[in-house]
Amino acid sequence: MSKTLAEKIWADHIVRSADGEPDLIYIDLHLIHEVTSAQAFDGLRLAGRTVRRPDLTIATEDHNTPTLNIDKPIADPVSKLQVDTLRQNAAEFGVRIHSLGDAEQGIVHVVGPQLGLTQPGMTIVCGDSHTSTHGAFGALAFGIGTSEVEHVLATQTLPLVRPKTMAINVDGVLPDGVTAKDVILAIIAKIGTGGGQGYVIEYRGSAIRALSMEGRMTICNMSIEAGARAGLIAPDETTFDYVKNKPHAPQGADWDAAVAYWKTLKTDDDAKFDVEISLKAEELAPFVTWGTNPGQGLPLNSSVPNPADIADAEERGAAERALTYMGLEAGVPLKSIKVDTIFLGSCTNGRIEDLRAAADILKGKKKADSVRMLVVPGSARVRLQAEQEGLDKVFIDFGAEWRNAGCSMCLGMNPDQLAVGERSASTSNRNFEGRQGKGGRTHLVSPLVAAATAIRGTLSSPADL
Amino acid sequence: MEKFISHTGTAVPLRRSNVDTDQIIPAVYLKRVTKSGFEDGLFAAWRNDPEFVLNQPEYKSATILVAGADFGTGSSREHAVWALQNYGFKAVISSRFADIFRGNSLKGGLLTVILPQETVEKIWGAIETDPTTQVTVNLEAKNVRVGSEVYPFDLDDYTRWRLMEGLDDIGLTLKNIDSVSSYEESRYSFKPKTLPVRS
Repeated sequence: MSKTLAEKIWADHIVRSADGEPDLIYIDLHLIHEVTSAQAFDGLRLAGRTVRRPDLTIATEDHNTPTLNIDKPIADPVSKLQVDTLRQNAAEFGVRIHSLGDAEQGIVHVVGPQLGLTQPGMTIVCGDSHTSTHGAFGALAFGIGTSEVEHVLATQTLPLVRPKTMAINVDGVLPDGVTAKDVILAIIAKIGTGGGQGYVIEYRGSAIRALSMEGRMTICNMSIEAGARAGLIAPDETTFDYVKNKPHAPQGADWDAAVAYWKTLKTDDDAKFDVEISLKAEELAPFVTWGTNPGQGLPLNSSVPNPADIADAEERGAAERALTYMGLEAGVPLKSIKVDTIFLGSCTNGRIEDLRAAADILKGKKKADSVRMLVVPGSARVRLQAEQEGLDKVFIDFGAEWRNAGCSMCLGMNPDQLAVGERSASTSNRNFEGRQGKGGRTHLVSPLVAAATAIRGTLSSPADL
Repeated sequence: MEKFISHTGTAVPLRRSNVDTDQIIPAVYLKRVTKSGFEDGLFAAWRNDPEFVLNQPEYKSATILVAGADFGTGSSREHAVWALQNYGFKAVISSRFADIFRGNSLKGGLLTVILPQETVEKIWGAIETDPTTQVTVNLEAKNVRVGSEVYPFDLDDYTRWRLMEGLDDIGLTLKNIDSVSSYEESRYSFKPKTLPVRS
């Protein structure tokens, strides 16, 4: 029977299947971080259980870590205890860990791909909703809660109900200045934050095929913002080239066997998706969010919407609340909005290509006096690479702060936070109320828009320079 | 896990859609390494507002939350479920839940009940008119009773059985651990391992 890519990967990982029960699915790789694992390890200890496959498990520190003074003990004692707890659990249960200061430390979703641990056809989970990022390699990857983390630690499996499948086709050529980030923000604005609920999204079409692995990761990363637990893209030569020669990539005869298998990982021509949606690449533009959920976005050339124009009462109320929280007036051009902070980083846009794209625009320029800019590489490895390429100098000369790797200002948990009422243009993934710090106001943007905004001080695209 | 068969209590109306897990519990409250003590962080930003519904004395002892559509979107933090439970909630009713939140809630014994939006509106009306209205969420009968009205809901038999028996998934999977071992023998040898470390 013909199958979609997601259905093929699912079928290859069924350990046990019984009528009236969820399928038991094998997990190829389990990524761990400090915030969602402590209670899971505690559960194992209480039940006298062990980690079944430490050799399919890897931990790093990212959410609750500082990006300054990383050679000193973590200042906040509660944060320090959480990070220390992860280190103790990794030691006790024999799990590989990359701690702050280690060259392989960084955001879990940047670390997995750069080590070559993320490969096509795998099932990958992590106690973090942006695990969908790894779907860019043609893997079935999704976020899980702490109870499921414990389940995977103990059994290397998860009981799961098979999701429905959705195809999102983006055909054509993206206009200049339009990036993967703009594509996914446009998709979320189109289908809504609940549009993908219950589905695995497969991104298809010539505009997707033309993207680099970094761009594909940006797209799959924000599947969860469209409500889908997982999003994926069929592997191709771009994927194989990226994986090849990474530390944990297959070698020799294993490489050939792996590529032969990976080439079978595509949706059959006559396979049917439960839902199909199409966008034309030519119609897309630099995108920005104006509200407090990722579906509240518009092309940068438009104006803040008027809630009175929204027919649906529930949506209208949400828009009114969002404008009040964001301190915005209906009808104001988005490009006139002044921002205070620019954040370049996160698992969405903290990879080397993102830093290169921004540096290209900032080179030889100075930031607007009214803004501060944080540049936070997604991993220590990305930071080293950027320094080899001299990107750190570009950012510092521009007037930006060059930080150490971590989730940083994507979530208001570590010391990098917005103050009450402060407004950001952020390359991260969530513009929820208070997400970047209590009372902070977030506009989600691409690295190109972030860079142009840092120069002008108002929301801008490179075309405005 | 505590068994869930039926629960009766008063209910609080949360007339908001898209309540994400950053609103249920902001990240700054996620630093604990236990599963308890998260009630202080529940809806932390909104609770600063004296007008917020949870701050109204008539809803203080409510044990059922009735929320707008798309409840629990965003982060996978199970702390959102613990915060609701630590505060005293036993069940949440909404017309739509985000996938990860729903999975987390049903693992941890917080019953999430899906009812059509028009039913949610009717329940809002009833509990706003009389906050002492008794609401019963009956998992055995798969219905919600509000005063004299009864609204049926759906839940797959497996999850219902697991919640009614108070069983945790790990114990159930470990009964079939032999099938995991045989699956492992058939895995492709080229699949990556994190150990030994390669660089």
